[in-house]
Amino acid sequence: MTQEFWRWKEYNWRDETRDWKGAETITAGADVGSVSSQAVILVDGELYAYSNMRTGSDSPDSARKAMDWALQDTGMTMDDIHYIVGTGYGRVNVPFANRAITEIACHARGGNLMYGPTVRTILDMGGQDCKAIRCDERGKVTNFLMNDKCAAGTGRGMEVFADLLAIPIEDVGDLSLDVDEEPPPVSSTCVVFAKSEASSLLREGWSKKRVLAAYCSAMAHRVVTLLERIGVEKDFAITGGIAKNSGVIIRLEKELGLESLKSKYDTQIAGGLGAALFAKTLLEKQRKSA
Amino acid sequence: MKANYGYLDGSGEYFITIDTDLCIKCPHHGCVDACPVNILEIITDDYDDEVAAVGEEHRKKLKYDCAPCKPISDRPPLPCVTACTPGAITHSW
Repeated sequence: MTQEFWRWKEYNWRDETRDWKGAETITAGADVGSVSSQAVILVDGELYAYSNMRTGSDSPDSARKAMDWALQDTGMTMDDIHYIVGTGYGRVNVPFANRAITEIACHARGGNLMYGPTVRTILDMGGQDCKAIRCDERGKVTNFLMNDKCAAGTGRGMEVFADLLAIPIEDVGDLSLDVDEEPPPVSSTCVVFAKSEASSLLREGWSKKRVLAAYCSAMAHRVVTLLERIGVEKDFAITGGIAKNSGVIIRLEKELGLESLKSKYDTQIAGGLGAALFAKTLLEKQRKSA
Repeated sequence: MKANYGYLDGSGEYFITIDTDLCIKCPHHGCVDACPVNILEIITDDYDDEVAAVGEEHRKKLKYDCAPCKPISDRPPLPCVTACTPGAITHSW
């Protein structure tokens, strides 16, 4: 069987020390992205369980599968969840959601919990888009910009390179840093052209690590251009799958002259976590007005 | 909130920015009717405010959709910007 180098590991997690029975609020967020889907469950506002898996061709089905996986072995069913917010590219296709909220607002809210109230700039490097978000101390968006027209600077672009170079996607970042001298970034903005350029560089005798370094560098530069449009204010944090790619993050920090905050939370659940936090607020509002 | 709708591609940056803090103060949203190609619409945003936004179907082709209002020479004032009395709308190009 051919190895799919772009395929990242899917996983779920739950807090085994916590008993959800008797909780006052159980809320969830379902983030159906263009590449990955996450379901996040909060019990009384605390992270209880989540899942992260690839989005299939059917958004409602992906949302359901992600939620089922997050609920697995918890003894909890969908009926036990009091309020669910859908977010992400497929947010309007989450059949069990009580409300849909954009991923921009959810990433800001999730980022506020993950990195603390001092975070003012969040960069979400998603599967097929890139979002630069400025927010206040409550995690409310004050300025945002999204680029979803071009795959440069996205997870999908990185997957294309992992496949081209036959390097597992989890190893791309570290390998790109293992070069004696930083090569110039690939000049093409477009992922398709960048891939052609990379093939040419390989034919010229460049090592895979050097090509990866050139691509990570181009990706970091591309994203910095986006960030500069809204302005970067400290503290700065990165969410999304690319936040796990040290090759891009280190180059990005170097170019910005700013270190990004690190979190104990999984960076890929920021949107789902924000959605679950919104769900909690909306549930409390609903109960108050009832 | 400053909402930037549009994109950045190999040919340039094409963003329409709507300052929703200013936009919510506007009672009539004249920008929506002023746009000859109906790019703008009124939405309820994530914070339950009624504000103008660039329609989803236009966000990835603003360069082309806004072109009729942006001739190369003798460019007149943009109808959406002129109609926006609170000064909430700006174009990046």
